Amino acid sequence: MKTVFAAHGNIITSLGFTAAENFAAMEQSRSGIQKFSNSNFLPFPFFASLVDDGKLNDKCSDFRNSKNYTRLEKMFILSISDVVEKSGLDIKNANTLLIISTTKGNINLLEEENYGGFSEKRLLLSEMANEIAHYFGMKNLPLVLSNACISGVLAIITAQRLISSGQYENIIVSGGDLVSEFTLSGFNSFKALSDEPCKPYDAERKGITLGEGCGTLLLTSNEKLLNGNEKKIVVAGGSVSNDANHISGPSRTGEELALAVNNALKEANCENEIDFISAHGTATAFNDEMESKAFNFSGLQDVSLNSMKGFFGHTLGAAGVIESVVTLETMKQNVLLPSLGYKNLGVPMPLNIIKQRETKQINTSLKTASGFGGCNAAVVFKAL
Amino acid sequence: MDALIAKLKTQIIEQLNLEGVSPEDISPDDSLFGEGLGLDSIDALELIVLLEKNYGLKIENPAEGKKIFYTIRSIAEYITANGKA
Amino acid sequence: MSIQITSACLIRNNHIQLNGETMIEKEKHLPFNEFIKGAYELNASPNLKFFKMDNLCKLAFITSEFLLKNKKISEQYGAENVSLLFANTSSSLDTDINYYNTVKDFASPSLFVYTLPNIMLGEISIRNKFKGENAFFVFEQFQADFLCNYATQLIKEKKAKVVIIGWVELLKENYESFLCLTEENGNGAELTNENLNELYNGK
Repeated sequence: MKTVFAAHGNIITSLGFTAAENFAAMEQSRSGIQKFSNSNFLPFPFFASLVDDGKLNDKCSDFRNSKNYTRLEKMFILSISDVVEKSGLDIKNANTLLIISTTKGNINLLEEENYGGFSEKRLLLSEMANEIAHYFGMKNLPLVLSNACISGVLAIITAQRLISSGQYENIIVSGGDLVSEFTLSGFNSFKALSDEPCKPYDAERKGITLGEGCGTLLLTSNEKLLNGNEKKIVVAGGSVSNDANHISGPSRTGEELALAVNNALKEANCENEIDFISAHGTATAFNDEMESKAFNFSGLQDVSLNSMKGFFGHTLGAAGVIESVVTLETMKQNVLLPSLGYKNLGVPMPLNIIKQRETKQINTSLKTASGFGGCNAAVVFKAL
Repeated sequence: MDALIAKLKTQIIEQLNLEGVSPEDISPDDSLFGEGLGLDSIDALELIVLLEKNYGLKIENPAEGKKIFYTIRSIAEYITANGKA
Repeated sequence: MSIQITSACLIRNNHIQLNGETMIEKEKHLPFNEFIKGAYELNASPNLKFFKMDNLCKLAFITSEFLLKNKKISEQYGAENVSLLFANTSSSLDTDINYYNTVKDFASPSLFVYTLPNIMLGEISIRNKFKGENAFFVFEQFQADFLCNYATQLIKEKKAKVVIIGWVELLKENYESFLCLTEENGNGAELTNENLNELYNGK
């Protein structure tokens, strides 16, 4: 089994276009969530974290044929380019695979007249992924994962497995999703949108705030690509489970998320030594409740924990990748970030939720996610 | 009230895709959730849509829905008290 | 260690085959809705939830009902040891379009919940009490090699004892569904690309 290193990451959200920009804003407790009035999206004002179009197009101005790419594809290309540049990866190498993680891909084309001038086929996730891989001249067809809100974490787990078994040397995991009329109206019909910036785990939480963005992480068995990284961080374990309870409501007990967490910790050999948890924390009543039960089942109630949704909202298929890249920064810089929006415990079981930035040696982290369809995923990062 | 109850039964069967269920199968005092018709949280959200679409009644808080959607009769009473049925 | 395909169900052109044997065959022009309702009435145990599912989930659900009939996989192997590995071409686009058509009027929560392809994994897991690994991939076309390698790895690394491999595609009236049960030391063809392709193509 090969060791799988987490080499370099990028994040594009309302807070910035690189992992460093995002992390710096988060250290200052800055949130990218704002109030918007856009009747194309919802008939009333709503809170969301949106990537500025002007800035995005500026950044893409030196792409080849940038107008041939959709808004989300531009984010993917920009995010992947940054990682390729930082790592020095030969992206055209036959040992390199791209995994795209998304729930809805180019769904905004459905909302635009004549699909915004693009082919209808661009709604297909594989077509979108092929466009991105083709931009970079990649040899292998990309792999697309679409598994609700665990997509990003699952993509990292999948990449870890494909590298550790020697099927690929390098995998670029890139997760992206947009805020659109489609997703906003849907979560609104679920009465799940918060009418203020979301407050994960808080007693006064009122639901989700949606966000958009893209996160990219290069995983590799080639240690040379770690250039510039002081800490060598590996993907040490990962696991997935299903609640088998309800398609939109989470488990009542949290046992199934705990099952994924325990399996991941066991594989990583760190059952009693997790320094930090980047939890899912969507700020819906039932999700946060379920997580608190799960972490208690796994005996992790005293571990420092945050949800990052208060910074850039719930970025759906991008969330697992974006939040993993922030987790890796947390480990590299030994800085714990607060769980923005949290004041008083509002879940039935105790959790050690981070209230303010603190410095602490972080060598092992757990990242979890849960989603519609009853799915749960957990991945463990470990510094060697 | 009886006419409203009869109308609601048909509307609920249609809105919730209750295939194979006929209006006579539902008593106005049967509980809609849990046992009885076995409706779930997504059905509750569809009932919110039904009330808004057909009766112009907005329910913002799903928790409020729990009491209103207890039985067909309780829905009818809510409409009579608040709406323009 | 060897892994076998112990059962396979294929639905295409209004024809349901279980391990090569015809279960149901209807006229090719019969609309999907009527075909799948007929299949439900003939085979599935009564389940009010079935009629709430979108077409993609109905297709996956019926295929799984045929595949798993009279089997007690969850009891035999343990709920957490049963894994679902599914893929298709169109993700949930069929329902995405139907849902989006409701948005201008009254956005439908019961359609929105089906705008994710992995909901079919949830429906099958609820019905059969499967709690193991699950993943949904999107490919341009059926990719036996990836599904075969990934399922093999899950079983070899003891992340699952049983993997149900699935290809469930539906867009408007065009559909096909192929599910197979793979397990260690079972009775059946060995899990290889060739065998998986052969079963998917049907004979």
